[in-house]
Amino acid sequence: MSIVLDIIASVGLWAAVLRIATPLIFGTLGALLCERAGVLNLGIEGIMTFGAMIGWLAVYHGADLLTGLLVAALAGAVFGLLHAALTVTLGLSQHVSGLGVTLFASSFSYYLFRLIVPLSGSPPTIEPFAPVTVPGLSDLPFIGPILSAQTPPTYLALLLALLLAYAVFRTPLGLAIRMTGENPHAAEAQGVNPMAVRYGAVIVGSALMAVGGAFLTLSAFNSFFPTMVQGRGWICIALVVFASWRPGRALFGALLFAFFDAFQLRLQTAVDGVPYQVFLMTPYILSILALCVMARRARVPQALMQPYRRGER
Amino acid sequence: MTETVLEIDGVSKSFGDNKVNDAISMTLARGEIVALLGENGAGKTTLMSILFGHYTPDEGCIRVAGANLPAGRPRAAIHAGIGMVHQHFSLAPNLTVLENVMTGTEKLWSLRSETGRARTKLKALAERFGLAVDPDARLGDLSVGEQQRVEILKALYNDARILILDEPTAVLTNLEAETLFGTLKEMARQGLSLIFISHKLDEVMAAADRVVVLRGGKVVAERRAAETSKAELAELMVGHRVARPIRDAHERGEPVLEAAAVSVRIDGVDRLKEASFRLHAGEVLGIIGVSGNGQAALASLLSGTLARSSGDILLYGEAIGDLSVADTVASGIGRIPEDRTREGAIGEMAVWENAVLERIDEPRFSRRGLVDRSAAIAFAETIVRDFDVRGGGARTRTRLLSGGNMQKLILGRNLAERPRILIAAQPARGLDEGAVAAVHARILEARKAGTAVLLISEDLDEVIGLADRIQAIVGGRLSPPVSADEVDARALGLMMAGAWKKEAA
Repeated sequence: MSIVLDIIASVGLWAAVLRIATPLIFGTLGALLCERAGVLNLGIEGIMTFGAMIGWLAVYHGADLLTGLLVAALAGAVFGLLHAALTVTLGLSQHVSGLGVTLFASSFSYYLFRLIVPLSGSPPTIEPFAPVTVPGLSDLPFIGPILSAQTPPTYLALLLALLLAYAVFRTPLGLAIRMTGENPHAAEAQGVNPMAVRYGAVIVGSALMAVGGAFLTLSAFNSFFPTMVQGRGWICIALVVFASWRPGRALFGALLFAFFDAFQLRLQTAVDGVPYQVFLMTPYILSILALCVMARRARVPQALMQPYRRGER
Repeated sequence: MTETVLEIDGVSKSFGDNKVNDAISMTLARGEIVALLGENGAGKTTLMSILFGHYTPDEGCIRVAGANLPAGRPRAAIHAGIGMVHQHFSLAPNLTVLENVMTGTEKLWSLRSETGRARTKLKALAERFGLAVDPDARLGDLSVGEQQRVEILKALYNDARILILDEPTAVLTNLEAETLFGTLKEMARQGLSLIFISHKLDEVMAAADRVVVLRGGKVVAERRAAETSKAELAELMVGHRVARPIRDAHERGEPVLEAAAVSVRIDGVDRLKEASFRLHAGEVLGIIGVSGNGQAALASLLSGTLARSSGDILLYGEAIGDLSVADTVASGIGRIPEDRTREGAIGEMAVWENAVLERIDEPRFSRRGLVDRSAAIAFAETIVRDFDVRGGGARTRTRLLSGGNMQKLILGRNLAERPRILIAAQPARGLDEGAVAAVHARILEARKAGTAVLLISEDLDEVIGLADRIQAIVGGRLSPPVSADEVDARALGLMMAGAWKKEAA
């Protein structure tokens, strides 16, 4: 029992929670934005992989780290445009299109990477984001050291969650997005263009996913390898449901999952005699349990996964 | 007449070879209520969709206060002060009333929604026109009548001066409909102009100043409501004289279905309270009441989709516990559910599939475990022919049939097999005069052939016209039966208000 308490009281654990949560926050917010407008974006896993690759590649070729993030966002937006063209304009099945985008983007990342970076024994590295100290915040007891261990993208992710929560619930654009996800016909009848809203949401949402991926290569690690996203995209899709499509709860969900993950990593080393795979499983099992509790009353956007065609009811 | 606010001038519209609007012209004055009367398929909704910019007309134009309205642009119609209340509401159940109303009313890119100001404006409008709703309620939690108020408020919020209502009472209870017409008259008194689409003669006579009758896409007549009669309008609308059939004297047979003090409890609420009735072969027993008084529970109970919590059900004289759906089919109970699109038929399936769905186990429709399509289609074709289902054949997707024809299909599916019992819930709801007459005639035919019919309805004319005996349903309780020959509409009205309880006490 005291092992558990020691772990929970350690600065290292909480610093790791924020670090692990960051890509999940970006990805979940991105997926949430798409779904609020009524488009499921299963392209997330591939878009994150591509973002991780292209962001890293940009920096490897001399761009600065912020430009790297920006390049990743731009690439994500392009994949978003592809997914939107397939699902919004052509009205194709959102599952199939999304999985297609994931398969394409993942393979394409590796292909491009291999094309540009020759195979070598040890993977090439870049100089990743360094932790920043925010004056005032870093002097706080306990919280201070945790925050001081974080890089700029983490701060950006936290800020973004608040910003998106405000935008979704407090601005006319947010209302238009929610109405489009609930009833695009009603949106149209009120003079909102549901097609444009869906395009915008999917493009911006996909850009966020790619930034989440880029965090992995530009901050968490310093090199790229093709399997590094490791299902984080799928976790994000589940987190959106866990969060009942609310940005604030998405932030909470991402932190909760990250806590489970950071916790089990430390338990692995602290406890003997239990196969480490058991600990690896725990965050996922706990997530399923949390999902059961949280998502049962969730209000799904009513028009999610329904293509909109003008003049047809 | 005062100033004209709206002119529709020679509007025509075709879909393929089908000319649904043929050189239609009409006007609307300030403060006037015009009813657009016509059977289903007469072109009413198309005309109004053109007016609101959902469709572009092939010919003709629309002028609002003398100025041409650009065709095919809803935004322009909203700007010109035209508001539309659709039959199927354009609302989002998961959002609040205020959010539903506010969507699209502010600059999209402004950094803050002026929620406070919007709430004030909405409340002021609600008060001015007597349309009370809670702005912060979740829309999905409201009753249908309240949702319609939101739909009207949405139009008013956009400063509509001309309001179009597409069959506004189709989804309302009688009581809600009366409230609605009070509201509409108040809006006209305050200078708004209204067009409402309807095929119900009663409400047209009650609410409209002027009636424009459409038939086959053309304006066939225009009357001042004060100078016409229901009979004349019915004839103009259908094109020939129609009369609803009335039952004739008929000897009733043995009791076939009885309920003895049956209660149904759902989620802690008693939907039926010790309800008793005895239904005989060859009679129509009318259950009348304002909807929401336990009719749904009663119909589900007798259709086998709901279990009772106490009391007994006797089928052909034997206590049978709870009915299951399979029991009802096996023992010859036909069912016409209240909501034909949700419970009655599956829209995405073909007519023949719907026709045989509940009998698909029977040997005549299956061969070695496979569906015998030709037998099933033949069966469906018989129904289509005998019950005059129009607008498609056995292979048509059911969704494409009009409400009346879908109802005839459901009726045919049940009556083709000469059921011993028929549970009919609101069988004529939402149908036009011609279809109502057809449905009623079929029910009376079945009665004559010995079928016991339980007719659940909130339409006084329907119950008086068809039922031999009548029981009122109020708050889940059933009144003792009265003979239809001994009551009039007034006495029934009192029963629907629960007046019998005082007599018993």
